[in-house]
Formats: sequence, structure tokens, C-alpha cells
Amino acid sequence: MAKREGLEVSVAVADAAMLSDVDVVSAYPITPQTHIVEHLAELVANGELNAAYIPVESEHSAMSACVGASAVGARTFTATAAQGLELMHEVLYVASAMRYPMVMTVANRALSAPISIWGDHSDAMAVRDTGWIQIFVENGQEAVDNVICGFRIGEDKRVLLPVMVHLDGFALTHVIEPIELPEKKDVERFLPPFKYPLPLDPEKPVTMGALGSPFIYTEVKWAQEINLEKAKDVVLESWQEFGKVFGRTYSPIEQYRTDGAKVLLLTMGSYSETAMVAVDKMRGDGKEIGLLKLRLWRPFPYEELRKAVKDIDVLIVLDRAVSFGGPGGPVCSEIKAALYAEEKRPQVIGFVGGLGGRDISMAGFEEMINRGIEIARTGSEREFEIYGVRE
Amino acid sequence: MATAVHGPGKITELEPFAPGHRACSGCGEALAVRLAAKAIGNNAIIVNATGCMEVVASPFPYTSWRIPWIHTLFENAAAVASGAEAGLKAMEKKGKIPKRNTKIVAFAGDGGTSDIGLQALSGALERGHDFVYICLDNEAYMNTGIQRSSATPYGASTTTSPAGKESLGQTTWKKNMPAIAAAHDIPYVATACPSYHRDLMKKVTKAVETPGPAYIHILSVCPTGWRCPTDDAIKVGRLAIRTGIFPLYEVENGQYKLSLSLTKLEPVENYLKTQGRFRHLTENTIKEIQERVTREYNKLVELSGKSGGEASS
Repeated sequence: MAKREGLEVSVAVADAAMLSDVDVVSAYPITPQTHIVEHLAELVANGELNAAYIPVESEHSAMSACVGASAVGARTFTATAAQGLELMHEVLYVASAMRYPMVMTVANRALSAPISIWGDHSDAMAVRDTGWIQIFVENGQEAVDNVICGFRIGEDKRVLLPVMVHLDGFALTHVIEPIELPEKKDVERFLPPFKYPLPLDPEKPVTMGALGSPFIYTEVKWAQEINLEKAKDVVLESWQEFGKVFGRTYSPIEQYRTDGAKVLLLTMGSYSETAMVAVDKMRGDGKEIGLLKLRLWRPFPYEELRKAVKDIDVLIVLDRAVSFGGPGGPVCSEIKAALYAEEKRPQVIGFVGGLGGRDISMAGFEEMINRGIEIARTGSEREFEIYGVRE
Repeated sequence: MATAVHGPGKITELEPFAPGHRACSGCGEALAVRLAAKAIGNNAIIVNATGCMEVVASPFPYTSWRIPWIHTLFENAAAVASGAEAGLKAMEKKGKIPKRNTKIVAFAGDGGTSDIGLQALSGALERGHDFVYICLDNEAYMNTGIQRSSATPYGASTTTSPAGKESLGQTTWKKNMPAIAAAHDIPYVATACPSYHRDLMKKVTKAVETPGPAYIHILSVCPTGWRCPTDDAIKVGRLAIRTGIFPLYEVENGQYKLSLSLTKLEPVENYLKTQGRFRHLTENTIKEIQERVTREYNKLVELSGKSGGEASS
């Protein structure tokens, strides 16, 4: 039986990559991802992890080296954040379109300028359309579990796609939490060895990354889209299987105290933990408030979302990124679009908050929920409001 | 069916780079790739940067590559090669795949090497990956329509360094990529040109057999961009070497060695006048180029000591 112990989340994430028996780690340092890659370097240096560690000269090369390693059939891992993820941007499209499974943990952090090393979801949302599977985790245990699940999901022959596991910078990466690290033998039971169907191999030569003329480009993109949509079944299946082996099961949208609630708040990542406490308090005060925690961001869980909000009046969405000059928060606008065609749908009220490491306290969430309810009743002059901003 | 011919100096019939690609007629670069591929052999993985050779060799659903080949982006060939090399080595070490000594060879143009891909290349050389990097230098961004790069020679007219009343064309001297590669203290650096095909193949073979990073810089005549007749690529390449404009040499473990003993350099004018890109040059500019070429060549002779040798052509 695996034992539960206090571990720094970054260290535990690196241990999860080791437990997954990665062959190649390629990474470039960036706060707040550093502890993950430092610990992996240590594991390789100490001989605990038998893998090649490539200390590349940039994130662009980090992702490019992951692509090269994955193309020869190696199980590959990397981690980054913020500017690093943005520097990788064009390579991310290549990794997904050329169908290279790999796992990357993103220590979510705000984007420059002004430079901020602190957390929000600007980086994650900026790569929303790159064709990766994106999973947002709420705590250290989820991060560990989803790194292992990430390999199983991405490497499944029905999927063959890269997976990003998003954990909030500092709020998760730099905290010590009670974490149950899975036993190696159980991971081996859950995660079969990686066998890429058509690697670069002189015995069976293949051409990868050919020029796609107009007669084929559309079909390639369509195939990619269908494939990512269908990957949801494998995500669900993998989470179920994970539950059978390890006793912890995950879902695309987790519901917390939603029974009988007419108002729900939707959050992603670590802030969900504080939001739960706020919901507890409001429930204690007799208010019928509940919480939705969105875990699977790509492929988007349309069905689960529609089901989760079908009986409520108001859905308050917290975004930790801004789509400038547009609808405010990318999550909120996505949810509005997802519900537009529903006959019965709740009012969707959007807030942006928690930018660049700005904390939202329990009282803050309560205030936001109350303001959301008020906007639902009276309306707002704006498409969205920024919570806690000094004007 | 053709009768097999045997001869002591016969070049291998192996053609990992197949005919039927879509390079312009007279392309010196396709010839360079073909010769290099013969020397590389079948036990290799090619990583190709975006550029002419990627476009002409892989219009889906066709491919000119009979050996495994990957293209992803413009500036990252060296980084992709790093990952492929490390991936194979790691899996071999873990017993996941048999040990086969497969060589990783990256190809990129002069833009993909000396401009946008320089950082990734420097990183890969510094980290000491066991791979060969071949720069196919046709001295401008030919794939996008003859725009200048840092490898474009002084005085050349390109679409972004056009000669005009106020400009002689390219106003900077060609970046010395082989010297930059050699400055990484890698075991093997060489320059080559398909006009000296045996020399080219010998150097590629040596690079493939060298453990660690090796860099080969191949001058690839581009009749389209250089404005010369399509049947002149070999001649123009030979003149580039005979005038000292593009000297052939090796740098083995830091030691420079000229590949050809040229007792006397031909005047640069003989080379410049073969190409329309230099048509506008004045006598003064040609003199300036001559002085620079002579000076640079003498530096190389000095670096090589007395170890110059004769390359067969």
C-alpha cells in the first residue's frame, strides 16, 4: 500500500514522471517550474531514473527535442510555464498535429508585460488552440495522478496526442501537501510500455512532416479535430481505470455541494480549494450555492457541462486570464457558447480575477458570488467584471 | 536492365535520396544532398529544417527519402536532432530497442543555420550530441524568393538587398559559420562543395564516423538565385573554390587543414562574372572583394600550417 507523506508538489510531479519510466526529459528552467526539472535532473544524476536529460538552451528547443525524442518512440516529459510556453508555441502545434504523445506539466504563470512570476492562467489559455489535451489540477495529488494518466491517455493508439497537465505556479508547485505516491508495480499495471506505431526507424523508413498542399491540409486538420474530440472517451476510461488501481477517480467536471443549488460558481485549478471553503460557509448560512470544478479543458466536456447546469438559474464563471478587447475570460465565453443552443440555460456571469498571483480569499469568493447574483438580477454595464481591481 | 559496372573508384549506387524531387533545374543543393545521402547510407535518420530541400523532397503524398526523414519547423533542426539522438540512446541503454548505431543527420539551409537556427545549433553542438549537421548554403533565402541572409556574400543583389543607386547590394560580409561551429570545440568541421564530389562524400563519411557533433558547410550553387545558367552549377562551384571565395578545409579537433593545395588563386572576378547577382559590381568593389578574399584565404593557410592537401574532383 502506497503511503501518504508530506511532499513538495513539484518534487512529487517529478517522481510521477520517474514512476512513469520516462526515457527522455528535455527542459529549460523557468520559475515556477524549476523544482520539477531540478528534481528530475537529480533523479537521473543519482541513477534512480534511467533516462536522457537534455538541458536545452531554450523552451523552443525543449519542445523541439521532445518532438525528436517522441518521433523515435521514446517516452518523453517536459515542464514549463508562462514565457516558456509561449516560446514553444509554434512547436506545440507540430507536436499535436504530428501525433506525438508526451506529457508536459505547465506551472501556470502570468504572461509579460509587466513581468510577473506569479500565477494565473494566461499561459494555458494562450495555447488553448494548439491541439493538446489540457487537464487542470486542483492539488498535488491530482497533479501526480494526472501525469501518470497523461501518459496512458496520450499513448493510447486511439489518441496519440500530447497532454498538458496544468498546475498553478507557487500555489501548487511550491507547497508541501500530503501526497500518496503510487507504488511502481501499480503504475506498471496501469501504464503499459510505450510502443509508438510508426517511429523513425531505419528498418522501416517513414517520411514525417511532409508538405501539406491545399488538397490535403483540410483533411489533416479535420482528422486532428475528430481525433481530439474522441480522445475524451479515452480520458474518461483512463480516469476510471486509474480509480480501479489507485482508488482515486477523476471526472471532467467535478461537482461540489451542487444538490439543490440554483447558483453555481465555476473555477479551475487550485483556487477551487478556496472556493470550496467559501461554498461551505455560504451553505452554512443557508444559501443554496454550489461549485463546479472544470478539470478537462481540451477536449471540452460539452455534455457534462450541459448536464451539470441544466437545473440552475445562475452560473458564475471565474477566469484567470483576459481575452483583451473580446468577451473577457476565455472560459466564460466558451461556456456561454456551449449553452447558447440549450432551451433552458442559466444566466452566465463572468468574472476575471486572480491575475498575476493576486489572491482571492474565502471572503473574496463569497463577495464575488454575491455580486454575481446581483448582476444576474440587475444586469451590469460590462460584459465581465474584474474582481478586486483598484480603478 | 542496366549492367552493373565495377571499378576501383566507383561511387556507391546507393541512393537514399531518390530522383524525381522538384528542385529547380541545375540545383546544386539537390546534388549536394544526393552525394551526402550516398555517404550517409541507410542506417540514418534525417532531420530536415524548413527550406528548399524540405519543400522539393516531400510534397505529400510523395517523398524522395528512402531513409527515415522528419521535418517540423525552420529553426529547430538541431534541437529535433538532439531529441532523436538522446531518445535512441536512452532506449538502447534501457534495452527497449536493439543497439544499431543509427546516425542522426540534420540538414538546413544557410538561413536555417546562420540566422534563425543558430541558437538551436549552438546548443546542440555545445551539448555534444552524437550527430552530423549539414548546412546547405545557397547564400540567401531561396525558398521564399532570394532574400538576403547573413550568409549572403558582400555585393550580392537579392530581393531584400537589391543593388540600386544608393546600394551595392549586400553590404555585409558573409558570416563565417564554419568558424562559429569550430569555436564550439567539436571534433569535426568541414566545408565542401558538390563540384568536388569525392571530397564532399569523404567528408560526410568522416563526419558520420566521428563520435560527437560534426558540422559540414556545403556551398550549393543556386542558378535560380545566383542568376547563372542552369548547366553551370559545377563550374561556378569550382570557381568559388579556385578563387578562394569558398575554400575547402577541415577542422579536426581544432586543427585546420586545407583540402586543396592552390598554388595560386584565380582572380575573384572570374567567379563574380558568372552570376547576375554580381553584375552591377564596380571595379572598386571587385578590388575590395579580392583584397578581403586574399586576406581571409591567407589566414586559413596560416591556420593550416603546411598541411594543405590535394582534393580530387
